[in-house]
Amino acid sequence: MSEYILEMNHITKEFSGVKALDDVNLQVKQGEIMAICGENGAGKSTLMNVLSGVYPFGEYTGDIVYKGETCKFRNIRESEAKGIVIIHQELALSPYLSVAENVFIGNERLKTRGVIDWTATKREAKNLLARVGLGDENVDVPVNTLGVGKQQLIEIAKALGKNANLLILDEPTAALNDRESAQLLELMLQLKAQGITCIIISHKLNEISYVADSITIIRDGKTIETLHKGVDDFSEEQIIKGMVGRELTNRYPKREGCPIGDVIFEVKDWNVCHPDDGDRQVLKDVNIQVRAGEVVGLAGLMGAGRTELAMSIFGHSYGQKITGTVKINGQEVKLDSVQKAIDHHLAYVSEDRKTYGLVLIDSIKFNMTLSALKNFFSKKGVVDDSLETVRSEEYRKRINVKTNSIEQTVGSLSGGNQQKVVLAKWMLTEPDVLILDEPTRGIDVGAKYEIYCVINELAKAGKAVIVISSEMPEIIGTCDRTYVINEGEIAGELKGDEITQEAIMACIMAHNRKGEVS
Amino acid sequence: MSKVETKETAGAQTLKKPQLNMKQYGMVIMLIVVYVFFAILTGGKNMTPMNINNLIMQNGYVVILAVGMLLCVLTGNVDLGVGSVVAACGAVAGTLLMDFGVSAPVAMLGALAVGAAFGVFVGFFVSKLEIPPFIVTLATMLMGRGLCYVILKAQTKGPLPASYNWIGTGFLPTIRIMTDNPDLNKGKGIDLICLVVGAVICALIILAEIKSQHTAKKHNLPTIPLWQTVAKDAVILFIVGFFFWKLANYNGIPVVLILMAALVGIYHFITTKTVAGRQVYAMGGNAKAARLSGINTKKVFFWVYANMGLLAAVAGIVLSARNQSATPKAGDGFEMDAIASCYIGGAATSGGVGTIIGAVVGAFIMGILNNGMSLAGYDTNVQKIVKGCVLLGAVTFDLLSKRKKR
Repeated sequence: MSEYILEMNHITKEFSGVKALDDVNLQVKQGEIMAICGENGAGKSTLMNVLSGVYPFGEYTGDIVYKGETCKFRNIRESEAKGIVIIHQELALSPYLSVAENVFIGNERLKTRGVIDWTATKREAKNLLARVGLGDENVDVPVNTLGVGKQQLIEIAKALGKNANLLILDEPTAALNDRESAQLLELMLQLKAQGITCIIISHKLNEISYVADSITIIRDGKTIETLHKGVDDFSEEQIIKGMVGRELTNRYPKREGCPIGDVIFEVKDWNVCHPDDGDRQVLKDVNIQVRAGEVVGLAGLMGAGRTELAMSIFGHSYGQKITGTVKINGQEVKLDSVQKAIDHHLAYVSEDRKTYGLVLIDSIKFNMTLSALKNFFSKKGVVDDSLETVRSEEYRKRINVKTNSIEQTVGSLSGGNQQKVVLAKWMLTEPDVLILDEPTRGIDVGAKYEIYCVINELAKAGKAVIVISSEMPEIIGTCDRTYVINEGEIAGELKGDEITQEAIMACIMAHNRKGEVS
Repeated sequence: MSKVETKETAGAQTLKKPQLNMKQYGMVIMLIVVYVFFAILTGGKNMTPMNINNLIMQNGYVVILAVGMLLCVLTGNVDLGVGSVVAACGAVAGTLLMDFGVSAPVAMLGALAVGAAFGVFVGFFVSKLEIPPFIVTLATMLMGRGLCYVILKAQTKGPLPASYNWIGTGFLPTIRIMTDNPDLNKGKGIDLICLVVGAVICALIILAEIKSQHTAKKHNLPTIPLWQTVAKDAVILFIVGFFFWKLANYNGIPVVLILMAALVGIYHFITTKTVAGRQVYAMGGNAKAARLSGINTKKVFFWVYANMGLLAAVAGIVLSARNQSATPKAGDGFEMDAIASCYIGGAATSGGVGTIIGAVVGAFIMGILNNGMSLAGYDTNVQKIVKGCVLLGAVTFDLLSKRKKR
């Protein structure tokens, strides 16, 4: 038997004439953690779907050799039977079923045919959860009562329940905060020690260089190179160079000649309660100010209340018992509906573009003009078709949405291009103040760069831009100033060179200690 | 490998030159096929001027309901109560006419008010209290039917006065041209107005096509090949011409046709050209995104259902006028016909997809099926089986072809 547990040779997969994978080769050693890197649309997920049998044998060419034996999987069940288990980016848990039921979903512990053995289910679920560091969890509670981080770990427990030898994790930390991510990475190292081979797909290069033994880089459906720990240069720059095919000397474009003007956006004494629980205060006495031409960050851990702050300001879209004042261009405004917020030139680019930003079944044009339709694209309620076409075409070119027509449905675009459409949608409302919530989540390095350029352009045009981001380098790279938010309060404010990861974390820690004392 | 490459280049070419979207016209082709099939089966009985006229009069109310139902379907829901509301509105109009002796316009206003009240009632529960439309309209389905029996004391009211019945059975004034052929239209002559209206519509279609070609050129948008455009328009012009020629050979233009055409025109305009229409599509496609785009989704929901109530009243008036009576059993199962019309016409059950024209074509496919089978001597029970098969077949075909595309 060779040293490789898995060899994928000359894999080619087409979608109606377009090659998603073009002669891809991948070799994974027994017991290592292999990372697959590439821009969105490079073919990473397609490759994993080929491996796990989502695309059955015959739909691709090339062969898969697993443990020395050539495999022709026809569906996921067959690959799972061999111990290849894939955990997709979107969690596949059934929210109202218990933890134990979820762990063995599709793989139930049975007494006889079709009858579930509840004792075995619970006992073994507890054992599996202990292996992923959740030994203390109650296996009887519905899975939706747990946080995303724990749910991700339950997914892994579920995979272990299927006797996984080769575990594939597609963007496992995309929805996790830093602490949960770190926990997950440690778990991966533990699993490795137990002899389980892992393939991880991730955009977070710092995580990859920490955890991976080797990195395979895919670009445009082709394998570019495989780097090995200890042999090759594992730096983020090296990985990015392979991914984009050029060196991105600066991941954050410089903003030059951008004068900062007067305060045009001001939020004072902002208090908001949880939408389902009027006694639980989510935001406490928040005060922020943003100047024209300024890019201001809202840094903080996930769940700190940043999105809640943005959405409660934006047309009271979140929470109840909202008090406090909002001033735009020096004038106090009452923004109790989204339309009013739009009318007062406030825009909010939401964090989850698929759920909150886009109508995926409709065209680029439809989506781009949706928010501005009432104010800029219609007269007496009748839509001006040609103006719509002209303006969306203009924005398609301006922010470089890669598509052959603005009539293409948004759902068929890659994440980065979808994000550009959402940005265009809000730029078309001619806002003075833009709140961008995780503007680059889950998109590739090249598209990120383009989005940062758009942010700079907006600042130069004298807009006030607020960037909410969980990636601290992004806050550091794009913002003039940042507020640090923790547990619904402003924990600190940092300016210019003061903004460092250490300083942000220090603010959060100090605020946490203060909370414990009082 | 070379095979693969040719495939790729072929793919690139089709992207450059868009073809006529056959899916869009698939329903029209299906309509023609079904019609021709029954023409052969019945030996041309369904092509007589009288039968063409009957097709309009019998399906008018289903078309009116389908137009309103499409908006509900666009939001991803349905309205189960329309059949009952149709009956209740007819019952109210009948009672006002027969027991209170009011004039026809007042009776119609009364029916419209009742329909609107039902619509507002559903709209309130659906939007303000956020009760699922399925439940609310299931309730109005029961309530409306019950109310109808109560108002009419379980009896049929009629005959209704002719001034009222005009809207369901009447015709526009005619100008007869006598021909040398005494057999043509039993010697009554051909209606000139019908022919003029048909000709004007044909001219408008041609003008609209020229205008759209012109704008496409101006903005440098891709256009479909000319022969396909010509073929498409030729088919449409032929249908329009055939249709009005037949009507000219009967009693002229039915009032119902005018009413129906006006409603279809208005709602087609609303759904394709107005902000309000766009909001319905956006909400059906992704309600959360629509809300964060400034759309008051509750308001949209309210108006969609309020509007459905009003259109159900219009259908109720037309139905009772055509039957010249109000009966408690009227409109039984109409909601299902209207819903089926939308789906046959290409609307998606998940919402956000569908057109008014599609729903109208869907309604006529069902109408032609009913009519053709009646003429061929099949009873209503067999008709139901066939209608069920057609609905299932149309939606299955639609979904499978979408899946293949991906």
